[in-house]
Amino acid sequence: MAIATDLWIWVGALLTLFIFSFLFGDNPLYKIGEHVYVGVSVGYFISITWHNFLYPDLIVPLFRQGNLLYIIPTILGVLYFSIFFPKLSWLIRIPMGFVLGYGAGVSIPAVLQANIIKQIQGSLLSTQVLSRWDSILWYVVSLVGIVCTIIYFFFSRERKGISKPAAEAGIVFLMVGFGASFGYTVMARVSLLIGRLQFLLRDWLGIIK
Amino acid sequence: MQQRIPLAICFIVGIVMIVQFFIPHRLSEQTFDLAVKWIRIITAFALVLGVRSITFRSIEKIKRQKKDWFYSIFTLLGLVITSVIGLGWGVKAGTPLRTIYNNIMVPLGATMFSILAYYMASAAYRAFRARTREATLLLIAAFIVMLGKVPLGTAISGKLPDLADWVLNVPNMAAKRAILFGVALGMIATSLKIILGIERGWLGGRRR
Repeated sequence: MAIATDLWIWVGALLTLFIFSFLFGDNPLYKIGEHVYVGVSVGYFISITWHNFLYPDLIVPLFRQGNLLYIIPTILGVLYFSIFFPKLSWLIRIPMGFVLGYGAGVSIPAVLQANIIKQIQGSLLSTQVLSRWDSILWYVVSLVGIVCTIIYFFFSRERKGISKPAAEAGIVFLMVGFGASFGYTVMARVSLLIGRLQFLLRDWLGIIK
Repeated sequence: MQQRIPLAICFIVGIVMIVQFFIPHRLSEQTFDLAVKWIRIITAFALVLGVRSITFRSIEKIKRQKKDWFYSIFTLLGLVITSVIGLGWGVKAGTPLRTIYNNIMVPLGATMFSILAYYMASAAYRAFRARTREATLLLIAAFIVMLGKVPLGTAISGKLPDLADWVLNVPNMAAKRAILFGVALGMIATSLKIILGIERGWLGGRRR
């Protein structure tokens, strides 16, 4: 295999090396890569916002279909710019109130369903689990772990009696959980590192196949 | 008025969003769809504030030749060129914006995250030196998961991948679920406080 002749591969390879140069400390090449990333990302999100949100959700219904209902979000959006006029700057609270109200209202039932009800369902013994002795054992261990970890996070009462060993067992589960998450995250990062090295050695330099 | 109107809007929108979830009717679905579109439009306007901020800040830095002003030229160039290309030629597959995304954004983003592997490992070395029982547990769990997910782990022992899966599915899942319960209850409480106007930090500034 030979070295790449595609200009874009060279661009990608040089930018990759710019970022890797940070391993030797902060330097001008890294800073160039970092600033290019910020600028290009903002430009990318401007384009995505226009083509995927503003044009189909605002321009088409308001100006092409004449749906006057869309004047309301337009006004709410324009109110964000009131921050540039000190006397009117309080008006920015109106779109913020709308967005926060929406977010809070949507999240209550969604979180209740996904993070509480579904998780409780997943933690309980089911007929499917009862068919095998090892799955029963691990379900019981898991259930004990959940209860102990919750007890560990309960700070409203002094830990004495049964709650003290339960909280200590909770720490054990938490530490194993954090360790597993750490290991998983490191593996994901290493996977990205391998991907970048493959790009440099295979796609750019053609050293490996 | 300066506080009551935003609080009233927040309350009404919040209550409508909660109620619509529990009413399986066409009207409530239409309300939700409309609200989603409106939110997209409103947040798109908020993006303008961010773009204005980064542009003005970069221009100011270049004008006054502040420290590292030279690099702001790259930010501005990247921003202007990418947005002109994106707005002019579209965002679909095969457009110049996708070429920029695949050959500039992806390599930069992936490399930035990949060098975190090195920093995480060096930070972990300093933090996890097994001084306590808890740190030892954390270290062992991390090693089992890391080794269990690579061919080296299988070469050491065929049971290591199963052990890694067990760590992920039993003790890790138990800890995650307990944390999730806490996070969920916290989110619900905070959301209720926002809707009911108890949490007013977002109104900013002093009370009038």
